[in-house]
Amino acid sequence: MATIIVVTSGKGGVGKTTTSASFATGLAQRGHRTAVIDFDVGLRNLDLIMGCERRVVYDFVNVINGEATLNQALIRDKRVENLHILPASQTRDKEALTQEGVERVLNELRESFEYIVCDSPAGIEKGALMALYFADEALVVTNPEVSSVRDSDRILGILASRSRRSEHGDPPVKEHLVLARYAPDRADRGDMLSVEDVLEILGIPLLGVIPESQAVLQSSNSGVPVILESGSEAGAAYSDLVDRFLGKSLPHRFITPQKKGFLKRLFGGG
Amino acid sequence: MLLRATHFDQDSAPFELKGSLFTLTVLHLFQLDRSAIERHLAEKVKQAPGFFKNTPVVIDLEGLVELQGAREGAVAFPLDFNGLYELLRQHGMAPVGIRNGSPEVQKAASQAGLPVLPESRVVSAGKKPPERSEPPTRNRVINHPVRSGQQIYVTGGDLIILGTVSPGAEVLADGNVHVYGSLRGRALAGVKGDVQAWIFCQSLEAELISIAGCYLISEQLDSTERGKPVQIHLAGDRPVIEPLLR
Repeated sequence: MATIIVVTSGKGGVGKTTTSASFATGLAQRGHRTAVIDFDVGLRNLDLIMGCERRVVYDFVNVINGEATLNQALIRDKRVENLHILPASQTRDKEALTQEGVERVLNELRESFEYIVCDSPAGIEKGALMALYFADEALVVTNPEVSSVRDSDRILGILASRSRRSEHGDPPVKEHLVLARYAPDRADRGDMLSVEDVLEILGIPLLGVIPESQAVLQSSNSGVPVILESGSEAGAAYSDLVDRFLGKSLPHRFITPQKKGFLKRLFGGG
Repeated sequence: MLLRATHFDQDSAPFELKGSLFTLTVLHLFQLDRSAIERHLAEKVKQAPGFFKNTPVVIDLEGLVELQGAREGAVAFPLDFNGLYELLRQHGMAPVGIRNGSPEVQKAASQAGLPVLPESRVVSAGKKPPERSEPPTRNRVINHPVRSGQQIYVTGGDLIILGTVSPGAEVLADGNVHVYGSLRGRALAGVKGDVQAWIFCQSLEAELISIAGCYLISEQLDSTERGKPVQIHLAGDRPVIEPLLR
């Protein structure tokens, strides 16, 4: 039975699409057949981050409307086996996402994939609601700042009350916290919320902390999920995150400030 | 309903009989204690002076018969219709007839000049004196965190939350509000005006607390109470925050 995972946050720009791309890529790298769907109809981005924007022919809305088959719309990733991308439509809006249509597409995907990752748009409107409605598990992406944390709190409330699991009285959606754009030294100085602060407010298990990193921007612009940049801290953090999701117990890295070396301190580099 | 009983004489008739429908006030009589009746009548009239001025009323004896019958069997009992008539007139009402009651009672009414009106078509099932029982309290226990944007309202009882109330969440109750986690959102107790309602929480970090509409916002909370377990109640129209007694 396939597992449907929504990557959501409430707030925009916190790293949902980056997380969706790396998370789906990580699952596929570990041999799991994975599909990642862009629910951000009208503001398509996932294809760019995944580097497949030049191969989009049909999209999610085409499949919902019966204008294309799922196989025609799914884009096979060139770098990683077992990974498929279902892009969003850029010319439509979120109203094109009907509950029946989304359910039909997800059911069809369930037959051939182990994991279905739903990249949610920001906000709490139709697109976000459709992305989370059928979820079994949720990655809630948060930045260490108060507005992001509050919006994540809001989306957790919606997961608990408006998902299919809650409406059917099934076991609740399993929640995971992904704390992205974390800068340990700034948290130490009190400029940012610390990991503990965020955990205390949201009260859900921490799946991973992704450090603020130049590599994220670079890899986004070059269309490579950052998890494939194994030399980068962010890539390593996403790798750990996927392993933890699959049941490995790993300590959290990149959550304490790095000690500067003697020379670095002396010459003020860094 | 138009009931025309006309005499087709050449002369114009001195009167005409027509049926018509009226809305009448019905006075359901439950007991025969004259002083009690008088006291309640005065009270009612005081509530709405003018409303009962020359108001035609029908005296319904259904409830009375039942009570009397239950206590001492269905026997005729003294019922002073003249006295009752006078009493109602004194308070501005104009009795126009009676309804229900045993044959003996109906006979007495007729003798006092009060016609007996047909029984109400809708059988009023057990029109007993209104019982003064409190509605059952309905408390509610919430065993999950209350997230931003969620609102929980308990009518007619207490709200007990076992988790945290997040900023941007709102918890309301007609009764007390208990939060066994941190209270970071808004908590409103005694929403329908119960000044006896209390708010309890394990850590006061609220955006707003209110009891019976008297509220304090986050800014007005004392820094010594912030983050502490507290109990909040009303003194006059001001919420008072005290450390929670252990």
